Amino acid sequence: MTARTLYDKLWESHIVHEVRDGATLLYIDRHLVHEVTSPQAYEGLKLAGRKPWRVDSIVATADHNTPTRNWEKGIAGIADPVSRLQVETLDRNIKEYGARVYFPFLDKQQGIVHVIGPEQGATLPGMTLVCGDSHTSTHGALGCLAFGIGTSEVEHVLATQCLVVKKTKCMNIVVEGALGRGITAKDVILAIIGKIGSAGGTGYTLEFTGNAIRALSMEGRMTLCNMSIEAGARAGMVAVDDKTIEYVKGRPLAPKGPMWDRAEAYWRTLASDPGAQFDKVVMLDAASIEPQVTWGTNPQMVTTIDGKVPDPAQEKDPVQREWITRALKYMALKPNTPITEIRPDKVFIGACTNSRIEDLRVAAQVVKGRRIAASIKLAIVVPGSGRVKRQAEQEGLDKIFTAAGFEWREPGCSMCLGMNDDQLSPGERCASTSNRNFEGRQGPGGRTHLVSPAMAAAAAIAGHFVDVRTFN
Amino acid sequence: MERFVRSEGLVAPMDRANVDTDAIIPKQYLKSIKRTGYGPNLFDEWRYLDHGEPGMDHSKRPLNPEFVLNQPRYRGATVLIARENFGCGSSREHAPWALLQYGFQAVIAPSFADIFYTNSQKNGLLLIRLDAKIVDRLFSEARDAEGYRLAVDLERQTVTTPGGENFSFDIDPFAKHCLLNGLDEIGLTLEQADKIRAFEAKQRERQPWLF
Repeated sequence: MTARTLYDKLWESHIVHEVRDGATLLYIDRHLVHEVTSPQAYEGLKLAGRKPWRVDSIVATADHNTPTRNWEKGIAGIADPVSRLQVETLDRNIKEYGARVYFPFLDKQQGIVHVIGPEQGATLPGMTLVCGDSHTSTHGALGCLAFGIGTSEVEHVLATQCLVVKKTKCMNIVVEGALGRGITAKDVILAIIGKIGSAGGTGYTLEFTGNAIRALSMEGRMTLCNMSIEAGARAGMVAVDDKTIEYVKGRPLAPKGPMWDRAEAYWRTLASDPGAQFDKVVMLDAASIEPQVTWGTNPQMVTTIDGKVPDPAQEKDPVQREWITRALKYMALKPNTPITEIRPDKVFIGACTNSRIEDLRVAAQVVKGRRIAASIKLAIVVPGSGRVKRQAEQEGLDKIFTAAGFEWREPGCSMCLGMNDDQLSPGERCASTSNRNFEGRQGPGGRTHLVSPAMAAAAAIAGHFVDVRTFN
Repeated sequence: MERFVRSEGLVAPMDRANVDTDAIIPKQYLKSIKRTGYGPNLFDEWRYLDHGEPGMDHSKRPLNPEFVLNQPRYRGATVLIARENFGCGSSREHAPWALLQYGFQAVIAPSFADIFYTNSQKNGLLLIRLDAKIVDRLFSEARDAEGYRLAVDLERQTVTTPGGENFSFDIDPFAKHCLLNGLDEIGLTLEQADKIRAFEAKQRERQPWLF
């Protein structure tokens, strides 16, 4: 048998039928549902008189519109009636059609869909997993094929448990060597995006390999796969190893007893075979990766902490020059400004990229015993889920953050996209652990700089971006 | 799904690379539980001078006169030309909904993001990839000649300029088939219900922990 990539294995084990012209009917094992991209899909289902094919594949939660304060007010805590209706619509749809598990707003286990999937064991190695959200790529960290879909495809999966898709090409991103002290998965993925560009992965599935990837924790791998979409790839993945198995074991929805042993034996086959051919290979030297900070309005617009804002005059390509010029105008940055002179107004630690327990531990370590700079108007920590929040509180991390001047909030997507009240005001600058620095992403006119949790924490204390490696 | 066969119409040039779906339709409009009503909010932050929220009367809001779609010569455009990586970012299907409901029927660019490409196809919005040099030419022609129109023929896979020049484009044959026929993909898949059930039965044996 020819050597196969991990992607080949996951793909081939889910083919229901070859439709035509390379389009494949692919079976979907797990369907994660949230309130923003599902209402029109349920409505479509209803209008066509159809029923969900397999309700026990669905795990649902409300995360995008939910507030991170005032939970004691209950549903009335969602001040915006349009947001409230969307959350209530999900409640109604799940009540009417059902789900394997539902974590509604205010539930103790509610959280960002991409955080609760893995932590509940709803995400398992070897699966196909989809969600109406581009950051579904996160789940590939567990050795599964996970990708974001639109609302039409949400309806398709609800009605048929399948998707009509074409196999992508496969890119191997190899990161060899040891990461330097203070360098995290966020820096690795930002460096990768800086190298291949925000469309570098278009048409590909990414598989991250190399000893630097194997050395990452599961949380780190999730951060890495999360931002595959910012490199243009719908899916990213990491092979199963001992860490994967250890992570999944004992999770509420994970198999138990003899079933566990069978599952584990299968999962351990989920790695690319030696000699498997990739369509493209990109190599990175782990030791050369430095703390990353974005300066523009696309994740590809990134440099190192000791770098400077680029000068568009140096760019030869007119389209690129125009793009950089526009970004600098929006970001109110002058060419050649050292990154360390950029001063955020707000700091956001959270989002499906960086809101897991490990992220909070790293950030807490930086701020411990210190105070945020007087110039910081607001610094918030938004845990990824109720479970993460309680774990952090047990470890006393909440106290460390609040003593430093951070606000400790309830879980949700929050200021990553500001569908709730957590937003930037026009012109405000934010050090953010989220994944997108697009214009207006965190609030109209808001200016986002993407960084790791450690770098965001250090910027909060210093009042400007600073190299976390020399900060302590 | 809406059919797409051919279209001929006024061209608007969107001269920005990497236009993301947050720009195409900002988040506040994603709170709607409907499939319609997104047209007035296409490119909302670039198009208006004030900040828009759902429920406003958008026809009364101050327009940004510098924004390309607000220039009188591009009113009523049905073909958008754009730069590379158009539609990157969020998977929101509200982006193609907004483009279609504004009146666009086709978008021409050197490249598109994957999820946006799929979402557009599912809604009958035709995305056409043309070489960056050709797109560059279309940009200059559209700017130079007021009332510049293009004809798009999906069957023949061509874009035709007013001068009669033809540019052919590639499209995935299955996507073309679905678009030309306006197929109900869910209905088609359900014709394979027996195969899906058979797969499930096999999968239940191989990986029972998934059920």
